[in-house]
Amino acid sequence: MKKLGLLLSTGIIAALAHAPQAAAQTEIAWWHAMDAELGKKLEEIATGFNESQSEFKVVPTYKGSYPETLTAAIAAFRANEQPAIVQVFEVGTGTMMAAKGAVYPVYQLMADNGEPWDPSGFLAPVTGYYSDTDGNILSMPFNSSTPIMYYNKDVFEKAGLDPETPPKTWAELETMSRQIMESGAAPCGFTSGWISWVQLENLSAIHDQPYGTLENGFGGLGTEFTFNGPVQVQHWDNLKKWADEGLFQYGGPVGGADAPPKFYAQECAIYMNSSASRAGVINNSKEFEVGFAPLPYYDDVTTDPKNSIIGGATLWALNGKDPEVYKGVAQFFTYLSQPDIQAGWHQFTGYLPITNAAYELGQEQGYYEANPGSDIAIKQITRGTPTANSKGIRFGNLTQARTVVDEEFEALLAGSKTAQEALDAAVERGNQILRDFEAANQ
Amino acid sequence: MQAKRTIFPNKILPYMLLVPQLAVTIAFFIWPALQALKSSFEREDPFGFSTTFVWFENYRRLFVDPSYLNALGKTAIFAFSVTLLSMTLSLILAVAVNRVLRTNRLYTTLLVWPYAVAPVVVGILWWFMFNPTIGIAPYLLRGIGISWNHRVDGTDAMILVIIAASWKQISYNFLFFVAGLQSVPNSLIEAAAIDGAGPFKRFWTIVFPLLSPTTFFLLIVNINYAMFDTFGLIDATTNGGPNQATNILVYKVYADGFLGLNIGSSSAQSVVLMIIVIALTAIQFRYVERRVQY
Repeated sequence: MKKLGLLLSTGIIAALAHAPQAAAQTEIAWWHAMDAELGKKLEEIATGFNESQSEFKVVPTYKGSYPETLTAAIAAFRANEQPAIVQVFEVGTGTMMAAKGAVYPVYQLMADNGEPWDPSGFLAPVTGYYSDTDGNILSMPFNSSTPIMYYNKDVFEKAGLDPETPPKTWAELETMSRQIMESGAAPCGFTSGWISWVQLENLSAIHDQPYGTLENGFGGLGTEFTFNGPVQVQHWDNLKKWADEGLFQYGGPVGGADAPPKFYAQECAIYMNSSASRAGVINNSKEFEVGFAPLPYYDDVTTDPKNSIIGGATLWALNGKDPEVYKGVAQFFTYLSQPDIQAGWHQFTGYLPITNAAYELGQEQGYYEANPGSDIAIKQITRGTPTANSKGIRFGNLTQARTVVDEEFEALLAGSKTAQEALDAAVERGNQILRDFEAANQ
Repeated sequence: MQAKRTIFPNKILPYMLLVPQLAVTIAFFIWPALQALKSSFEREDPFGFSTTFVWFENYRRLFVDPSYLNALGKTAIFAFSVTLLSMTLSLILAVAVNRVLRTNRLYTTLLVWPYAVAPVVVGILWWFMFNPTIGIAPYLLRGIGISWNHRVDGTDAMILVIIAASWKQISYNFLFFVAGLQSVPNSLIEAAAIDGAGPFKRFWTIVFPLLSPTTFFLLIVNINYAMFDTFGLIDATTNGGPNQATNILVYKVYADGFLGLNIGSSSAQSVVLMIIVIALTAIQFRYVERRVQY
């Protein structure tokens, strides 16, 4: 009798414990590559959405670097365990767009779920980069950046330069770096992260030089690289010359992991990297004053520098989940596009304000006046009228092509190739990679 | 002397006891290996939507690819150097510790610690020490006039990974050598000393040949380690760079497969790597084992 009573009460308690779970929320898995400060901010946004409604729950998971996140998503897809949303960097756009069966295009997702979708509200360079040939946007813009120049105002002053006048052209950068080194204010002039993105892709866009045929790859898989033109060769020759002199120090391949310490330790006075490095720069430069400036250009090549191009990532919805999940994804995307959410994300991280409304909100709030240099990125990316060469680039297997560019750059610095040879080799090896991609995606 | 053989009555039980281990081996070793073998004959897009059977195309492309041939060369240099360096240093240390009577336990413990550190952590430690900007080693080297930059200089990068990889393996080899030295009968050494043999001669004619089983075993283990277990180290220090100077075969498998998303080529490379190591082990057993004196 006692035993029966015990059994009964255990059963009732167990049933009660399970009851709340009957009204379970639909979970939306979101895989991303934002670590440290950026990751915390991202989780705040997800929590904000979760608290604003009770039907869906976005669960963000940090999967490592951009390449690691993309690989994890692909592996998961093949095992039918894919997340609903994955953050893929701009370099993976070609791969994602070619995977038509895996991707649920965002314009379709929003239309199918009755959520508002206005592409014209987004920043023009963003829509240009992520639309297909019919002008439809396939992935949700979230964190787009562009490279800018950070510089050490204290070192400038010590070298006898005006800290409020950063170099506008590469010629000025060379002279200023030399002055900095000769005066002993710092042992190195400048360094750069993301050599392939900043010193080749953006260089070509800003100077209106083509990176590849078929409108930099937007026109089709049959594209070929053309970045071994005279302007790019001249610039790489200069980089090699400056490296030999000590004006330029190389920060490593891919993201350039050694470049930030050089700037933070005040070894190099000038530092070129993503606008999203802003949060890290501000955190690590407590002992000196930082200035922000657009990237320099060659005034003997152009007097009308074009816009720089996008970096960062977008959010892709993957196929194969229940319709319930996509309803939540669509609502989440609407939440993300709200001006105050976007403005908050942009202002904290240094990523661009994705929507015009977010930019205007920041202006109304007086954010850009209170934080000098915070609008350099958006001004640089909307500068001038975009041309076919400055709209951006789209190539399959671009990760591998960028590795090739990094390797040839290292060969150049080691003195085993001239700039022309290095770029020619990079084009040749890169084209091989493009042909492989074309063949695999017939 | 007759060895007693126990007849085990139950026919099924031995197999049942083996099943868990076999299951693990099949699931984590055999099955992925067969998958890789299958993938190496195909070309597919990253998401697996279109898979084409391409016979030996992936293999053929490997052997005309200059970067693969480069990787073969770099791996040979790397494996040989790591094995030589770590075995020599650990032998010297083992002999030295063997002579110390009282504190040899302490030395043994201290020398074995590096083995407990994971390869990735080792890589990060050495990355810090040799970082051109914030590292202590380049700072000291600059003092004697050597400028160190493994980000740009391929030779510096290779030296860095060789040192880091050997450092870790020295502990493992050391332990085996110490055990091996213990098994050398003291009476032989003393007899040789009485006959007038100096320490060098004693070592080379008595101790080393008696150590040969250990040395042979360690040779195989070290080469396997250098070719397979050093992936984490390369990933944490040089990422195969600069300009493929440290792009050893096992790293290239990862880079092409996971970063380049070229699964067919990556599988082909892993199959080739497996064949190479099997061949090396077979060669060692055939030729080197003859010289081993048990």
